[in-house]
Amino acid sequence: MSLPDKTYNANWTLLFLCWLLAGGSTLGSIFFSSVMEFAPCVLCWYQRIFLFPLVIILGIGLFPLDRGVVKYALPLAMAGWLTAAYHNLLYSGIIPEKLQPCSQGVSCTEKYIDLFGFVTIPMLSLVNFSILIALLIVFQRRMSK
Amino acid sequence: MKYVIFGATCLALLGAFFLATSFYRDKQAEKYGFLAEENAALFVREHSQTLGDKDAKVYLVEFMDPACETCAAFSPFVKRIMDANPGRIKLVLRYAPFHEGADYFVKILEAARRQDRYWETLDVMYQSQPYWASHHNPQPQRIWQFLPKAGLDLERIRKDMEDPAIAEIIQQDIRDAKTLNVRKTPGFFANGKPLQAFGAQQLLDLVESEIRANYPNGPVRSP
Repeated sequence: MSLPDKTYNANWTLLFLCWLLAGGSTLGSIFFSSVMEFAPCVLCWYQRIFLFPLVIILGIGLFPLDRGVVKYALPLAMAGWLTAAYHNLLYSGIIPEKLQPCSQGVSCTEKYIDLFGFVTIPMLSLVNFSILIALLIVFQRRMSK
Repeated sequence: MKYVIFGATCLALLGAFFLATSFYRDKQAEKYGFLAEENAALFVREHSQTLGDKDAKVYLVEFMDPACETCAAFSPFVKRIMDANPGRIKLVLRYAPFHEGADYFVKILEAARRQDRYWETLDVMYQSQPYWASHHNPQPQRIWQFLPKAGLDLERIRKDMEDPAIAEIIQQDIRDAKTLNVRKTPGFFANGKPLQAFGAQQLLDLVESEIRANYPNGPVRSP
């Protein structure tokens, strides 16, 4: 295998991981809403809106490997990250609850899962978007070399 | 090669999803089976309205909402399943008035029960539902023009429906619905086992499996 081939494969794997992360979290969020029947709150919906298209966009970017995919994927991931960050601030009570946009319907601060005392759904979302953004930036750096 | 990796991962992800789904549902079914043995009252309260033979061994518990379209659509089907297996199924109605303002109709229904017109009133409600329970424009008052069809004394209904005992029944049912994780109506349980995937065939399968388990000697008749 020649060196460019190796780099190409490594970059492909990097983007593949991004896609895997997006796909895994998409299925995870569908599992929470459709199987465990946790109703998604408004903020959750915004995060899903930024997450779901990533599965398609990143998937297309893999065949053939397209560095331009970052241009479309990164803004979505960042918007998702901002929403998730805001959601976590609400959730942890740093922003008072009365400022939340969802006064009717499902509360954005109702706790559904609480693994090990700190893993919550908004937390998972924030971590997921953070890793995605980091991987996408690394991918772009490597591709522009 | 990359296509293979991609395709295999897609399959693996979906496979994991469906495995997790069936695992979770089995766990839930186990949990409710356990609840059913430990605490039958969660499913059938003293106040619960029942239909069918008192010796029936299959308890079909339905969490319903008079303003729920699917409950109305399912009602004749449930009756047909019961008619096909006379004496074996006991229907227990519980309230989960999730539609906004739906407890109003439950109150009318419970008041009608005091006039021994429960099932007639429920039928009238289900049939006239499109006229008063429209989602974008609910008009609860319009139900009153249909109620005389059930042979009700409307003055008494208006008085009885304000009884705090009825409000307490509704609160109790909502609490039980929450405990049993009923988030949508109609929510069915057959002898404590939840209907896992919603649908007419699935309901029939669930009820028939309970009939088979409890009446090993008699044939199961489908509606």
